[in-house]
Amino acid sequence: METPRLTNRRDFLRLAALGSATAFLAAACAPAVSTTPAAAPTTAPAAAAPKPTTAPAAAAQPTTAPAAAAPGATPTPIGGGKFSAPPVTAPAEYKPATGKLEIFSWWTSGGETEALDYLYADYKVLNPQVEVINSAMTGGTASGGNMKAVLQTRMLGGDAPESFQIHLGHELIDNHVIAGRMEPLDELYASEGWNKVFPKGLIDIASYQGHPWSVPVNIHRANVLWYNKKMFSDVGVTDAPKTWDEFFVIGDKLKAKGLPLIGVAESGPGFWAHVTETILISTLGADAYRGLFTGATKWDDKRVTDALNTSAKALDYANKDFTSVSWGDINDLVVGGKVATIIQGDWTPGVLWSKGFNDFGWAPAPGNAGIYDMLSDSFGLPKGVKNRDAAVNWLKVCGSKHGQEGFNFYKGSIPARTDADFGKYTDYHKSASKDWQSNQLVPSIVHGAAAKDSFNVDYQTAINVLATKKDVAAAQSALVKAAKDADFKA
Amino acid sequence: METTSAKPSLFVETPTARRRPRWLRSDMAIAVLVISPSIFAVAVFIYSFIVWSFFISGTKWNSAIVDLTWVGLDNWLNMLTTDRFQTDVRNLVLYAAGFMSQCIILGFLLAVLIDQKIKGEALFRTIFIFPFAVSGIVTGVVWRWLMRPESGINLIFQSVGLDFLKSPWYTDADWGILAVSVAGAWQFSGYVMALYLAGLRGISMDIREAALIDGCNTFTLYRRVIIPLLTPVTFTAVVLTGMGSIRVFDLPAVIGTGAAFGTDALAFFMFSLTFTSQRYALGATIACVMMIFSALLVVPYLRSTRREAEQ
Repeated sequence: METPRLTNRRDFLRLAALGSATAFLAAACAPAVSTTPAAAPTTAPAAAAPKPTTAPAAAAQPTTAPAAAAPGATPTPIGGGKFSAPPVTAPAEYKPATGKLEIFSWWTSGGETEALDYLYADYKVLNPQVEVINSAMTGGTASGGNMKAVLQTRMLGGDAPESFQIHLGHELIDNHVIAGRMEPLDELYASEGWNKVFPKGLIDIASYQGHPWSVPVNIHRANVLWYNKKMFSDVGVTDAPKTWDEFFVIGDKLKAKGLPLIGVAESGPGFWAHVTETILISTLGADAYRGLFTGATKWDDKRVTDALNTSAKALDYANKDFTSVSWGDINDLVVGGKVATIIQGDWTPGVLWSKGFNDFGWAPAPGNAGIYDMLSDSFGLPKGVKNRDAAVNWLKVCGSKHGQEGFNFYKGSIPARTDADFGKYTDYHKSASKDWQSNQLVPSIVHGAAAKDSFNVDYQTAINVLATKKDVAAAQSALVKAAKDADFKA
Repeated sequence: METTSAKPSLFVETPTARRRPRWLRSDMAIAVLVISPSIFAVAVFIYSFIVWSFFISGTKWNSAIVDLTWVGLDNWLNMLTTDRFQTDVRNLVLYAAGFMSQCIILGFLLAVLIDQKIKGEALFRTIFIFPFAVSGIVTGVVWRWLMRPESGINLIFQSVGLDFLKSPWYTDADWGILAVSVAGAWQFSGYVMALYLAGLRGISMDIREAALIDGCNTFTLYRRVIIPLLTPVTFTAVVLTGMGSIRVFDLPAVIGTGAAFGTDALAFFMFSLTFTSQRYALGATIACVMMIFSALLVVPYLRSTRREAEQ
């Protein structure tokens, strides 16, 4: 009785071992799925990961080479084509650095990774001895933003990366500058001649107590309406709407066909807060909107109420499942013809181009003509970094003409430098640059330019609740409380 | 002066000098020495930090600048009147109710089924406990896709003609958290099953046979004999699942905070406050609240096991 059982078990074990070895080999030999850019080893969950629905946690666009793989490789072409320029040359008395360079960012999506790779390529040409560590982390900047959380831990622990992407303005100032963790960049601004090429308004936003604290690499516009041209022409619309009423008229036409007008991705706070920001701009106008952050305009103003009412109404035209959609998915919906428009910043074209989609148009968000809702990505210099020379050289690349021209080509944003050459850029860039020079500039709340992070989070929270509960009065009183907490002063 | 103890000693007894105090002699000294690193670590990293968190929750440190001015219970009052916190506590109650009941009922049923002396018992045991090996993030991502209203399980219902079963799952503002508890229970039921299986194995056949001879059917057997005998296991399962509910973080982080924070949880709110908004004192307040809830759950359990041990 014993022996047959023993044989059975042994055989069973042999079979199981063989089976699992086969499975392991099959998995190892399977064609490698394109991997994510080096996501940070620390845990930070991929909350609201801006990724396409096809692959689990953080797979970059299929056409992108993994960003970590070869920082010196030529980036893949998207959008208006490939950006080509003579290779960068080192200025006189340039001291190449050695050692390691670790850069934090949340640039893990299409368009973003190509842009970052371009800067890495420039850096590697100038500093061939440096090992570049790309610590890009998915999650974007919404409340679940992982990169900012990990960065916080590193900064508080005194182990800052050589540099990190952060929005110009209060996001940097209130998070790290007031805590004394950054070095001022006056010398760098003077030696690189940035005081002359960055617009004064921009340097003012970058400054606190008279010193600039980071180098802007780009200017993004947040209040843009992107629309699927075919879906619009199918309901007989040729021009983008200029007011929210016109927008709702188009929405009714689309509703008749069972299609949502506007794509919304509110699985966590942030997206609808961004759109509501543009509604606030449309009802308040540039000056009154800016006054919201200096105390000049009160948050219980009637115009704010109007904006919140429009915001609640606009959700009737949104995709029904907006509380389960995240930012990465929403671009697919536009490409796939499932939603007609989205109101997002001009990081959108980079993503759409990387998916091979070109049939879209753009216009200022309804009611936002003549106003440029700006945000800017920038890099600063933390105090006490391990490799200060490499970090300073990185900042020089970020602020250089060669670097900014290539970076922005892929990213969809425009260079912060006023002396950049737009010859190779797409039509969108050229029109955006014209607007940048002529429009009234207002700072973005959701993207850290207008106010500090805690207000940003409170604002996003209030709008997130508004999106589901549609209770305008409650949302407005939450905003008034948030403004009081933030203590806005001129 | 010499000790008259018969126990062998590791130290040579000195004929002179006064008696060393008992605690310093022999193996007591070595025992203390060996335990002291752990005691030190626990004292510093657990208890001191708990006290520190309570202290921080009473200060004004709500920005990037460290500000330890004492404000007493201000942060606590602030937190109790915050909508998101109230929603989170409500979510905790609902999640705990859903998670605990699903885990315990499912775990018990699975254990009973496996206990029926079936073939391939080891295989089924492995299959049911396997989800426990999957990380919380992966569980959250997969269930997030499965429970998307426009795609996922709803489509299966639609194609089979069971349209009435379609539900908004986790996108519902009021009951979405129950859908999240389904994902959590899927992961943890196997573990509860293992607990119950061990408990069932500990009930001797004599008792079952005696009960059957006395004329009870299977249902009564379970209800009157087996389940009461498994009370300690149930108690453990309640404490474990309760603690898991208080601490849940992965699932709201991956599934999203949902409609009006309907799938938010205390731990995620704490993370958001501390690392995104830089409101360290408020984050510490939530940490202390979670600590208090856990204590309310665990302390009665410890007292009852202590009482049992003393009996």
